[in-house]
Amino acid sequence: MIHSLFLVNASGDIFLEKHWKSVVSRSVCDYFFEAQERATEPENVPPVIPTPHHYLISVLRHRIYFVAVIQSEVPPLFVIEFLHRVVDTFQDYFGVCTEAAIKDNVVVVYELLEEMLDNGFPLATESNILKELIKPPTILRTMVNTITGSTNVGEQLPTGQLSVVPWRRTGVKYTNNEAYFDVVEEIDAIIDKSGSTITAEIQGVIDACVKLTGMPDLTLSFMNPRLLDDVSFHPCVRFKRWEAERILSFIPPDGNFRLLSYHVSSQNLVAIPVYVKHNITFREGSSQGRFDLTLGPKQTMGKAVESVLVSSQLPRGVLNANLNPSQGTYTFDPVTKMLSWDVGKINPQKLPSLKGTMSLQAGASKPDENPSINIQFKIQQMAISGLKVNRLDMYGEKYKPFKGIKYMTKAGKFQVRT
Amino acid sequence: MTDSKYFTTTKKGEIFELKAELNSDKKEKKKEAVKKVIASMTVGKDVSALFPDVVNCMQTDNLELKKLVYLYLMNYAKSQPDMAIMAVNTFVKDCEDPNPLIRALAVRTMGCIRVDKITEYLCEPLRKCLKDEDPYVRKTAAVCVAKLHDINAQLVEDQGFLDTLKDLISDSNPMVVANAVAALSEIAESHPNSNLLDLNPQTINKLLTALNECTEWGQIFILDCLANYTPRDDRESQSICERVTPRLSHANSAVVLSAVKVLMKFMEMLPKDLDYYGTLLKKLAPPLVTLLSAEPELQYVALRNINLIVQRRPEILKHEMKVFFVKYNDPIYVKLEKLDIMIRLASQANIAQVLAELKEYATEVDVDFVRKAVRAIGRCAIKVEQSAERCVSTLLDLIQTKVNYVVQEAIVVIKDIFRKYPNKYESVIATLCENLDSLDEPEARAAMIWIVGEYAERIDNADELLESFLEGFHDESTQVQLQLLTAIVKLFLKKPTETQELVQQVLSLATQDSDNPDLRDRGYIYWRLLSTDPVAAKEVVLAEKPLISEETDLIEPTLLEELICHIGTLASVYHKPPSAFVEGSRGVQHKRLPGSAGSGESVDSPDTVSAAGVSEAPPAVIPSQGDLLGDLLNLDLTPPTTSGPPPVPSSGMQMGAMDLLGGGLDSLMGDESEPPPIPLRTDTPQSPQLSHQSPSPPDYSPTELGGDLGGSPAMGAAFGAPPAVMPASFSAPVSGGLDDLFDLGGGVGMPMGAYSPPKTIWLPAMKAKGLEISGTFARRAGVIQMEMTLTNKAMSVMTDFAIQFNRNSFGLAPAGPLQVLTPLSPNQTIEVALPLSTVGPVMKMEPLSNLQVAVKNNIDVFYFSCQYPISMLFVEDGKMERQVFLATWKDIPNDNEAQFQIKDCHLNSDAASNKLQGSNVFTIAKRTVEGQDMLYQSMKLTNGIWVLAELRVQAGNPNYTISLKCRAPEVSQCVFQSYEAILKN
Repeated sequence: MIHSLFLVNASGDIFLEKHWKSVVSRSVCDYFFEAQERATEPENVPPVIPTPHHYLISVLRHRIYFVAVIQSEVPPLFVIEFLHRVVDTFQDYFGVCTEAAIKDNVVVVYELLEEMLDNGFPLATESNILKELIKPPTILRTMVNTITGSTNVGEQLPTGQLSVVPWRRTGVKYTNNEAYFDVVEEIDAIIDKSGSTITAEIQGVIDACVKLTGMPDLTLSFMNPRLLDDVSFHPCVRFKRWEAERILSFIPPDGNFRLLSYHVSSQNLVAIPVYVKHNITFREGSSQGRFDLTLGPKQTMGKAVESVLVSSQLPRGVLNANLNPSQGTYTFDPVTKMLSWDVGKINPQKLPSLKGTMSLQAGASKPDENPSINIQFKIQQMAISGLKVNRLDMYGEKYKPFKGIKYMTKAGKFQVRT
Repeated sequence: MTDSKYFTTTKKGEIFELKAELNSDKKEKKKEAVKKVIASMTVGKDVSALFPDVVNCMQTDNLELKKLVYLYLMNYAKSQPDMAIMAVNTFVKDCEDPNPLIRALAVRTMGCIRVDKITEYLCEPLRKCLKDEDPYVRKTAAVCVAKLHDINAQLVEDQGFLDTLKDLISDSNPMVVANAVAALSEIAESHPNSNLLDLNPQTINKLLTALNECTEWGQIFILDCLANYTPRDDRESQSICERVTPRLSHANSAVVLSAVKVLMKFMEMLPKDLDYYGTLLKKLAPPLVTLLSAEPELQYVALRNINLIVQRRPEILKHEMKVFFVKYNDPIYVKLEKLDIMIRLASQANIAQVLAELKEYATEVDVDFVRKAVRAIGRCAIKVEQSAERCVSTLLDLIQTKVNYVVQEAIVVIKDIFRKYPNKYESVIATLCENLDSLDEPEARAAMIWIVGEYAERIDNADELLESFLEGFHDESTQVQLQLLTAIVKLFLKKPTETQELVQQVLSLATQDSDNPDLRDRGYIYWRLLSTDPVAAKEVVLAEKPLISEETDLIEPTLLEELICHIGTLASVYHKPPSAFVEGSRGVQHKRLPGSAGSGESVDSPDTVSAAGVSEAPPAVIPSQGDLLGDLLNLDLTPPTTSGPPPVPSSGMQMGAMDLLGGGLDSLMGDESEPPPIPLRTDTPQSPQLSHQSPSPPDYSPTELGGDLGGSPAMGAAFGAPPAVMPASFSAPVSGGLDDLFDLGGGVGMPMGAYSPPKTIWLPAMKAKGLEISGTFARRAGVIQMEMTLTNKAMSVMTDFAIQFNRNSFGLAPAGPLQVLTPLSPNQTIEVALPLSTVGPVMKMEPLSNLQVAVKNNIDVFYFSCQYPISMLFVEDGKMERQVFLATWKDIPNDNEAQFQIKDCHLNSDAASNKLQGSNVFTIAKRTVEGQDMLYQSMKLTNGIWVLAELRVQAGNPNYTISLKCRAPEVSQCVFQSYEAILKN
């Protein structure tokens, strides 16, 4: 099982280590550092690194490498999932997951890690349970603790730990009972030179924020559940009911959680909400290149495309870019050759464009590669797959909760080849 | 007010200050001090000096303080074992606490303190906690058993904790079940044969029930455990599959992949015509696709596993090609994996899309990725015939870009395309030749040289091109040198008139100026071939090449099956069996997929052919490019044969080539008394100067090429003779005429043959890339023989066998080369008897009769060790005179006498004596005292050591007593073992 954990910052220093079995010398990380040096980009460090006696499995999150050390055959996905859980917990507890935040709360971090894993076996990873065992630090609590000498470690066995609904604690009370659901879809696509779609798929999630008193039992039904043929549920969802009736029935955890994630595969037709007209050319023998880019909306069901950000990694040979945006601002980093253009909202009447020239090294030959264009955007009040919630009902409690559903579509990895 | 303040106290005297604070009366100050200590510990500072002070803080009601002290204890107890004892009392007390949280915490922490003295005290509290009323305590205790087992396995077994743990599998609480399974699995890993997780339908049912209710981590443990179960029949298999399928929708990717593993394994048992089978196949695709939308690290692990799944069951993902398309900002490790899977999924239906993508990738920035993309285009051409033309034109487009590494990769793959589709695309050769100068990588140079040699007749200036390479011959890598040699010989055979000078030049470069034995050997062989019989040479060198296979880099079916059983593990990421690399696993069992349920239907059903296409029509695996010696047939760069069922190695040419190395050489040497073994492919500088040993007869007529070489005519003849004849005349596995004589002479007088132990597997196929060797030793007619059964369990033909021994106690060495005359085709088994001499170098081994062996074939060199019965070494003239025996017996000091018991032997003394005589143990005298027969026996080892024995046999008592006396008492143990073996067989 998981033997040890090392946290490594961007400059390659180990700033925290935790061992669940015997102590493993931190020199084991030298193999990690070697791999890190070989990788051209920080994210190119291979996730599984063998060393003579151990295996290092790492994830990079928030510019911190979480390096787990294992000694025997352990499923790597198990380790990676656990590391994600550690990151999520830190974020949950401290708001951000940074080196500074971790150092500021090192004792809580240590207590948490101890609580999450016992001898390498996961013990308590549900945020609800952890929060009952170890109270998250808040300014108020820190002050109260200092004055009264009380502690932020729970004295009692968390109630949810062993119940049939381990994700929910008992005795929850709210004055305003509310349940909000966000349907968020990310569209991943590759669009080729001519504007036709090579591949497009939708990753959707339904995130919930449920603040309901007692033990509510919720059901959520959809107008078009047939869309959801590839889904992953939170453990609270009753799978049998879904299989039989296509209805989500569950006792929700308290607070924020991800109810389900789904995937609308590339075999379905996916609507592409924006189009790009581009003309990026270099001429042989000339030290100038032309850059011409226009964006426009497409298949958005009348909703506005907002927060548009276009970025492109220009070829190495480009020295500078002299461009003229019709709206928004652009920046070009001459070191990384990264061009980014903050467009804002697309106005269908006056399409945003970015035009101008790029200067190349004099005498250099024409670059071989064609830059890809990455686009980010948001569309409020629409789920691009067409998924719609039909109704939300609550059983088991008497009060009337306040309910709300929000839809949003975002660009995931949305790439246009030129 | 943050914890970072704890980091700031780095001034001198810090420890001293902390000590004072820890001993403070104020609770608050104490706690702050412990926090500081912990903070120092986390950044790797040594605060072990504070041990007694911190332990003093342990007896407190404050849970946080207690936890902090426990944290400290776990870190430092090992370095202060005596001090740690101080903590025991508190632990024991806490295990009785009314609060289950504290009970669990105490037992959990105790297990983490890896100090022997503490573990003694742990047993009683642990026993109680395992039966605690609170499931939280029970599940913590279950893990504690695993911890304790890690520290002191014996203790855990003695205390019966393992049985208690097994009982917990039937616990009412699913979390306890999951943890018990996890603990047992971890313990089982270090005891592969302990049968701890004895799975039967009842336990499986309990596990499946718990599966639905426990946490995600517990589900992983249970699923991994389920995967080790083999259902009794397809009904049970199906019912398990049905209950596992919902796990595919879990949010935790590790749960999903573990579920995939269980399903992939149990699916094997389902009849293919079952509706459910098709449903299951359909259900597997979406979760796998979803894994690819996760974080890149998860994607990587998922892709490595998908690579296995696609090889085993390509139909699952055949419609999902698009999800493997590469995004330009994917990390490089994800890109390379995706590319690999794209090629595996490429088919006629999607090839257009795939090619368009690959062409796009070939213009990206990352060099490694671009190279792989170009190579992939070539692989597509070979795999999907309809696309070959487009692939070639795509490759030509890429060559026009003149990007150096793209051109080189393109040329390497075009060479394979030429092999696959001969006489179809040769029009592009002109374009290739234009880029000759820009090639600087050995592989690309070698490929280009091969092309020039192969199509020499179509390239007008082939001789000039090759000559240009020849200038820097000695600076080239071996690969290029060998290729150049072959190419020029081909050129010579095609255009003999203009290229004599060139061929002479290359042959002398290869044979005289090179230190590389491979190159020299090949040079000599060509030289002799050309000098004796140019027609035969033409037949050999310009032989029609076997087809190359469509699939490349496939994992061997046996390994693939094992890896499918390990989906989701490290083994699946590395595509190696766990036994090959996981250190902690002491002797991992090899897992196998269960057989299909319907008897033999898997072969008949037409459906399976496509389903199991991978395993049933095994395409050859392209061997690594480094294997150059392997094949003289100018096929160095290209895969050896096979498509469809493994052909009988009938291609006369190949046999011929084999023979040149094996039969031919040996036959010559066989005429002399002792044939030297073929050197293993190491750097032993042994060149064909063997020829000097053979007498050089006067009627040697030099041909124009071979004249200055001084080779023997016999040698030349052997090489030149029509190859197909050779194997027949040397098919007898026993070599050396001398031995045959013995065989005839000795065979008559022997009443009973010498004892030879049954064959055992010396080298499992798993360790030797598919070559399995089992064998034994025998003494036949005075000659020690190593009798081996070689089985080829790989998918490609094995050739070029050779054997060598390490130095050993009795100087055993092969007396002749390993006579494997014909290539060993897949699934073929061959029996070989290797005569051994005892004049090899001597080194004392431990145990004495240990023999370390290296066997080489065209694939690799493999090592194994085996033990021979010492009775092999008992010589025929080991009978001592009675007087001498008595004198010697007295002469050897009593200290050298060793006494042993042979149990359960039901022979009478005469039968025993007879039996032993068969193995050259001679009875010199027999005496009967009080119903007890005393046999006095002698034997002599090959190295002249005499061993004297007194065997006491009492009628009716199956136990014999044997006393051995020898001047070298080390051998006594071995001799006794041989006695026992001989008498009992």
